[in-house]
Amino acid sequence: MAFEEQHQAMRERIEKGGAEKYHEKNAEKGKMFVRDRLNMLLDDDLNVEDAFFANCVDESLPADGVVTGLGKLNGETVAVMANDSTVKAGSWGARTVEKIIRIQETAMKLEVPMLYLVDSAGARITDQIEMFPNRRGAGRIFHNQVKMSGRVPQVCLLFGPSAAGGAYIPAFCDIVVMVEGNASMYLGSPRMAEKVIGEQVSLEEMGGAKMHCSVSGVGDVLVESEQEAIDYVQKYLTYFPQNFRTQPNEHDPVEPGQFDKTISDLIPENQNAPFDMYELINRLIDNDSFCEIKREFAKELITGLARIDGKSVGIIANQPRQKGGVLFHDSADKAAKFIQLCDAFNIPLVFLADIPGFMIGTKVERAGIIRHGAKMISAMSEVTVPKICVVVRKAYGAGLYAMAGPAFDPDVTIALPTAQIAVMGPEAAVNAVYANKIAVLPEEERQEFIKEKHEEYKENIDIYRLASEMIVDDIVEPNNLRGALTQRLDVYQSKNVQFTERKHGVYPV
Amino acid sequence: MAEVKASMAGNVWKVMISEGDSVDSSQDVVILESMKMEIPIAAEVTGTVKELKVKEEDFVNEGDVIAIIE
Repeated sequence: MAFEEQHQAMRERIEKGGAEKYHEKNAEKGKMFVRDRLNMLLDDDLNVEDAFFANCVDESLPADGVVTGLGKLNGETVAVMANDSTVKAGSWGARTVEKIIRIQETAMKLEVPMLYLVDSAGARITDQIEMFPNRRGAGRIFHNQVKMSGRVPQVCLLFGPSAAGGAYIPAFCDIVVMVEGNASMYLGSPRMAEKVIGEQVSLEEMGGAKMHCSVSGVGDVLVESEQEAIDYVQKYLTYFPQNFRTQPNEHDPVEPGQFDKTISDLIPENQNAPFDMYELINRLIDNDSFCEIKREFAKELITGLARIDGKSVGIIANQPRQKGGVLFHDSADKAAKFIQLCDAFNIPLVFLADIPGFMIGTKVERAGIIRHGAKMISAMSEVTVPKICVVVRKAYGAGLYAMAGPAFDPDVTIALPTAQIAVMGPEAAVNAVYANKIAVLPEEERQEFIKEKHEEYKENIDIYRLASEMIVDDIVEPNNLRGALTQRLDVYQSKNVQFTERKHGVYPV
Repeated sequence: MAEVKASMAGNVWKVMISEGDSVDSSQDVVILESMKMEIPIAAEVTGTVKELKVKEEDFVNEGDVIAIIE
């Protein structure tokens, strides 16, 4: 055979990946072949691929089970690593690890986003000395991820398992998209859990996509198919710049959708009655521009990317329809990461506050609500991107602080005319101050007295009084809120500040 | 059969359904009162109310079963 033919034959063999039976098995589970995934995700195919011939002397390990290279997504260069689960279940050998490390180094040098398409059983135990402990062993992959964090966007599309050490690839990414039924993350398999701690549990219960996206919060976006995961990531990246040095691309402004109810119609006057915050968000942002993160997790707080008048923004909004919009340890944790994500990549933040405060009680104290709350406040304080605080309805207690209240150096605090800012709501305050007095009042006078004190309290915290004291910078009619945000985001574009001088804070994590 | 559970601890302020009612997944079955807020609890599945486990003014903990829907 002439060398051209030999070369061509080897190329074809490697391109096909593992044995046919593994392709069939994957197809049964709705899993695409790695090269098809890349073809769907990228504008074209990979533009350049390196170490295609890795381990080519061993015919059973085409490309050593991982495809790495550079391609275009939305017209911009991205670096990718994609496990091939038809090759020894996508496990990591020495060359697999070296390929991943090299593409990370390339992404750092070029300062382009790094995408991880994960579908791997973990380390090849037979290769452990070559791939595990050394300076360029698997640990270096995670070390690199930490180094890249905040420098370039890092995205994980989790199509299959990511087991044991491998579970840290998603953990260090900015965002993890998980395909329901196929994606999983776990440190020890159910078999190991049974052996070590006597626990009988299914993989889905312990480390499945639904669990991670709704309970643990390690997953961010739950999708039903690989195609849906790819669509999400293509949209997600449109809000981001290539790296921390540049600004997100502007898009053509789009008006919000058409709605029967206006914002004024939407928001109940009764501070304690619920309304759906998504409905407010949809009236403020460009139509169809919402890209939510952690929709299934800690639903009392909504976090998502959007555009207002064509510009990327990060939205953090209390959801009164869920748990009264009260902040919990999980919602504070969710907010902290989202705030860091937006700040790292020059995406301005809009806080929509309608919050009765942080949750109280033994359960949340044991879960460390104080430390998680502190983490959120710490992340929000440090932000140097434009930061806008909108008090939609109520902002009580530490809730005002967590939602970027006036003391936390927002560029502006905007209130709607029905907003209330106070240490606590009228009912709680009257009870706190007058409990003893109320107790000794004759029964028939109590309601009257409480009502009178409520009214007094409400006058005391009237939003125009707070505007008069310059606590809020502006009171905006609800139906003009989008206009006000558009103007503010436009003028704050040149914001250039440093938070403080130091090596780094000691964060309450 | 699906259990509707309390999303947080609080008092049952209003019960919106009776046993035997058919409910839609987006329909609120009870409204709790907690942290001075009204907390609507949606059915989350479409079906018939087989059993209602709470009455107004009951206290419920997070995770307590409010109703069973078939």
